[in-house]
Amino acid sequence: MSAVKDTARARAWRSIIGRQEFGVALILLVMGAFLSLYTDTFLTSTNIFNILRAFSWIAISAFGQCMVIITCGVDLSVGSVMGLSGLICAMLLVRGVNVVVSVLAGLLTGLFVGWLNGMMITRGRLPPFIATLGTLLMARGLCNGLTGGWPVRDLPQAFRNLGQYDIPIAGVGVPLPLVFMLIFALCTSFFLSRTVWGYRIYALGGNETATALSGINTNRVKLMVYSLCGFLTAIGGVLMTARLGVAAPTAAQGYELDVIAAAVVGGTSFSGGEGTILGVLIGAAIMQVLRNGLVLMGVSAYWLQAVQGLVIVVAIMLDQLRKRG
Amino acid sequence: MNEKDFLLRMEGISKAFPGVQALDGVDFEATAGEVVALLGENGAGKSTLMKILCGAYRKDSGRIFLQGQQVEIENPHHAQQLGIAIIYQEFNLTPNQSAAANIFISREPRVKGLGRLLNMVDRRRMEQEAQVYLDRVGARVPSTALVRDLSVAQQQMVEVAKALAVDARIIIMDEPTSALGEDEVETLFRIIGTLKEHGIAVIFITHRLEEVFRIADRVVVLRDGRRVGGMNISEATPEKVINMMVGRELKDMFHKEQAEIGPPLMEVRGLTRRGVVENVSFTLRRGEILGMAGLVGAGRTETARLIFGVDRMDAGEIWLDGKRVYISSPVDAVKAGIGFVPEDRGTQGLVLKLPVQENIVLPTLDEHASYGWVNRRRIQSTAREYVNKLNIRTPHLQQKAMFLSGGNQQKVVVAKWLASRPKVLIMDEPTRGIDVGAKAEVHALMSQLARDGMGIIMISSELPEILGMSDRILVMAEGRVAAILDRAEATQEKIMSYASGEIANATAGGFTV
Repeated sequence: MSAVKDTARARAWRSIIGRQEFGVALILLVMGAFLSLYTDTFLTSTNIFNILRAFSWIAISAFGQCMVIITCGVDLSVGSVMGLSGLICAMLLVRGVNVVVSVLAGLLTGLFVGWLNGMMITRGRLPPFIATLGTLLMARGLCNGLTGGWPVRDLPQAFRNLGQYDIPIAGVGVPLPLVFMLIFALCTSFFLSRTVWGYRIYALGGNETATALSGINTNRVKLMVYSLCGFLTAIGGVLMTARLGVAAPTAAQGYELDVIAAAVVGGTSFSGGEGTILGVLIGAAIMQVLRNGLVLMGVSAYWLQAVQGLVIVVAIMLDQLRKRG
Repeated sequence: MNEKDFLLRMEGISKAFPGVQALDGVDFEATAGEVVALLGENGAGKSTLMKILCGAYRKDSGRIFLQGQQVEIENPHHAQQLGIAIIYQEFNLTPNQSAAANIFISREPRVKGLGRLLNMVDRRRMEQEAQVYLDRVGARVPSTALVRDLSVAQQQMVEVAKALAVDARIIIMDEPTSALGEDEVETLFRIIGTLKEHGIAVIFITHRLEEVFRIADRVVVLRDGRRVGGMNISEATPEKVINMMVGRELKDMFHKEQAEIGPPLMEVRGLTRRGVVENVSFTLRRGEILGMAGLVGAGRTETARLIFGVDRMDAGEIWLDGKRVYISSPVDAVKAGIGFVPEDRGTQGLVLKLPVQENIVLPTLDEHASYGWVNRRRIQSTAREYVNKLNIRTPHLQQKAMFLSGGNQQKVVVAKWLASRPKVLIMDEPTRGIDVGAKAEVHALMSQLARDGMGIIMISSELPEILGMSDRILVMAEGRVAAILDRAEATQEKIMSYASGEIANATAGGFTV
């Protein structure tokens, strides 16, 4: 037994501080503390719930993106898939199709595009960047083509509730999208950390050759990861559409960058094999608090992107330092 | 000889890495127009010494003199300016550029006149001058050819031409022949002859003794980071050199325990992958260690990859326990009961970023889960069992594999296959690059597995290991089975004569130690 020794407590401490979530959580706390002191409006339940609702669909999609990036890939199509799945759902709704069926159709759309990405990458041997750039354009083009550029309006209230309803809990209204986000965070987190698939995803991202040589069908793992990413993204897209109450063909345009940013700020490593859902959740929160905070502080919205870019770069540089240190 | 006669003198060079004294007060010297063979086992410190010379590593202590002048080599660029060039086994060429562009990389001639301001490259002049260097090394290669279209031997010539172009006076070649065919080796030796005539000192690292006696003027032998000997080739004999390298009698190194050889376990018939493996057939018995010997490129690893389903076979059958099995991917191979310890544990055997325990259960994840949910306690207990059984030294099971020493990493790779309880275990260079102690442990483990009834195929380029550990020895040459020898009848000379085809009576053989 001498080969395995270490005190449990020391190890627990090191594992908390050594975790990459620790650093980003700290950044989030500092930002929150600063905004609470500097503005009167940040620390109000309305504002906090607004923030949480606003990043819920980005976060749900980012859970999928996180898995993709862990396998050393990337999915650029998520913005378009959000838009397309929301749009398909909306188009069925305005034609009088039942809400459940419409939502399912929207989700299947996302699943299909994700599966297509996976097939192109595994069977077609395309680099993920190229394959998903293709579906980014195809899905967006489909949005424009199907609508002729016009937004789909007048969605039924039953559907809009998915994004707009607040569940009264202990006197405060908890937005439904937030609840969905937490549920999916738990699901994907358990999926990654407790299932055979999750173990394989990390192994594949860490060393594809060694994983294949261990008798694991790596193509199947990849196909599943991209399909899941498409599916989760579609959930985000449907929630977003429900919240907005309208499906514009340009909806979620450029969101792929927010989604990828949330994942990488949360510590998902582009060199593969590393990343957690908790980290992504924090990463997505940081990006939204930033957006919200700048508005509250009266900084012109035109500066937003510059600050976001800076935060992304700084967060990742800090993470690199942590790894080396 | 006085100070001036040495082109290069290294004195008392030491270098430590965390946990290892890689070099301990090593002296080395070379004169102009001389070929010095630098010999030693894996891990003896040859590469470290040469990396210090060419600026890739900084020495901890010691002095380096070039033509009597003391120099401090700062970095690879500085080494190049001092006239030191190294040709690695893995070439440093950009495949999508021309030979000329590679030869003049970072020193491209610029056009004269106005274009000078724009830093424009004078392509015609570059190609003409590159051609001069290529011709000088006897490469029949147009300087405009893209590197990716050249053969390995031609690429090597481009490397040599590149070294000449920077006016190198010392050229280090790290196992230059390992990837070459016989004709190409001859060409290389001719080139080395030309370099000698130009007064260039060539430092030649190789594992093939036969080559040493053909072209070296002098040998220097390292062992465990120290210089254990140096002599002119006229005084050297293969036996002397081998004794210096290993420092002990070969027989003492291996403790193969006799295992009872059972009935046939695996039968391979007519295994073929065109151009790589031709009609390979053999039988592996229960409890048997079948050694696979042969020169690099003889098709041993390729045969293993076919059996394990990594590459597709064009023809052939595999029978396990009297039943034909169809293997078209590693997934099938693992299901059939075959394990594969690949030759490079870092890139093929382990997921270095993952903890020891997850590496150990990777092939058997399904057994450690119910309905897809992993049972972490079961994973831990399996990992702990094998960590203890194989004496893997790790502070805890969550330690990332990258932080383990080479020997312990290798044991993790073995552990992951033991956990899958295979009938057949293929081990490709199972003890490459691990220290003597770990080596002995791996060998003891192999003996024990054989005694437990496993069939083991061991690919090794170390003849003493082949002779020491195998019950039978399959010798491959040019993708074919050249011979299958019994333990009792096998000798180094016999194996080498089969492995090298026509160089049948070479004194020391081209074997690697």
